[in-house]
Amino acid sequence: MAMDTDKNSYTVLFAVGMVLVVGSLLAFAASSLKPTIDENKRLEKQQNILYAMGVNENDESSANFVSTADAPDLFKKYIKKQLVIQGGEVSEDDQAYLIDVKKEQANAKAGQERRLPLFVGEKDGKSYYIAPIRGKGLWDAIWAYVAMDENMVVQGAYFDHKGETPGLGANIKQRFFMDDFIGEHLKANGTFKGITVAKGNADPKNLDKTDNEVDAIAGATITGDGVSAMIRSDLKLYVSYFNNLKNN
Amino acid sequence: MGLLSKKDSKLILDPLADNNPITIQVLGICSALAITAELKASIVMSISVLFVLGVGNVVISLLRNIIPSKIRIIVQLIVVAALVIIVDQVLKAFAYELSKTLSVFVGLIITNCIIMGRFEAFALGNGPWRSFLDGIGNAAGYGVILIIVGFFRELLGSGTLLGFKVLGDPIEKTGLYSLGYENNGFMLLSPMALIVVGIIIWVQRSRNKALIEDH
Repeated sequence: MAMDTDKNSYTVLFAVGMVLVVGSLLAFAASSLKPTIDENKRLEKQQNILYAMGVNENDESSANFVSTADAPDLFKKYIKKQLVIQGGEVSEDDQAYLIDVKKEQANAKAGQERRLPLFVGEKDGKSYYIAPIRGKGLWDAIWAYVAMDENMVVQGAYFDHKGETPGLGANIKQRFFMDDFIGEHLKANGTFKGITVAKGNADPKNLDKTDNEVDAIAGATITGDGVSAMIRSDLKLYVSYFNNLKNN
Repeated sequence: MGLLSKKDSKLILDPLADNNPITIQVLGICSALAITAELKASIVMSISVLFVLGVGNVVISLLRNIIPSKIRIIVQLIVVAALVIIVDQVLKAFAYELSKTLSVFVGLIITNCIIMGRFEAFALGNGPWRSFLDGIGNAAGYGVILIIVGFFRELLGSGTLLGFKVLGDPIEKTGLYSLGYENNGFMLLSPMALIVVGIIIWVQRSRNKALIEDH
């Protein structure tokens, strides 16, 4: 086929055609896959929340969620109430787990009252209060679901990240890091102090649960600082809810 | 005669050893340094590149006679970018867990110089079948190095392989650790990846002197 592919008009036509073809191909792929992707994200949130309160399929060393097929049923079974706290008002909302923490943080910056989701779970007669938090790691966002008891003692936590370094910061979603938080106190002498991911921790095996510290991951200083910061800033917002809980 | 003619099988086998894109052509180094701290990330990255380079080479080869030469680099970029986005979306829809492990690295395939290099150097001048073999071969050559580097970095840096504690538990002091062995945290940092790649280059060239460039 003899064609003058050097002509300007041909070049422009080719470019336009290419953009149209590739553009519509990608748009088609994105819109036809979107429902599946959204469903995945929804199930993942349920799995995360359940994981934090100890409903998971962990084996000896690795963290495993309940299967996606079981997640909706287990979520219904274990999560008794989904609350939204907004400016001191507490209301129930069974879609609270779909609240986008990132959007709420942006709204709070713009001066709006932030909606704080809180999930009340029950397992073996014990209540779990699970709060989602979100912050900054080294490269991108990090977030977590933290399960607490009435006294803000951590009962379980699930950490995740968007793009931390594999082998270093990405290890915040490993059992050895997440499990350190279990039993750790968020309060010290009755006031909220948070939990610091500390380097040079005198307690690397984490036997002291009231020192408000867990051991840091070597080589992941900035990710660790991000974890400390998001615990301090986001979980602090729930303190008044827990104080009311005890007074009632 | 086997499945492939001698000339065709050369296309696959050459990049695995004597014309390896990483150790001989020194392309695609950036990702080899960035993602090889864990074996799993290395393996998945290799598979993704295998797909993108295999399909991309075929697409470019089919289009080779109608691509205007003035904008050929842009056309190549669009093909890579489109393929990478599709891979990313499909992973998110059908292998959600996996896509989260890979996160940004899938997107980074776009910047992998091996891909543009093969489009420009091979697919623009050869038919689809040969281009496909060339793509698979080069991606495999890239993958082999990635997996070797990932293997040593995870083993020596974290004492694990694919997340399994093969050397014992560093905190409980079992296995090798009971003898006083320590993980080398330096292995997890990028400079060490460069040194591992350097060692592979050294070993490869001392075994085959023909590969040594004379200046």
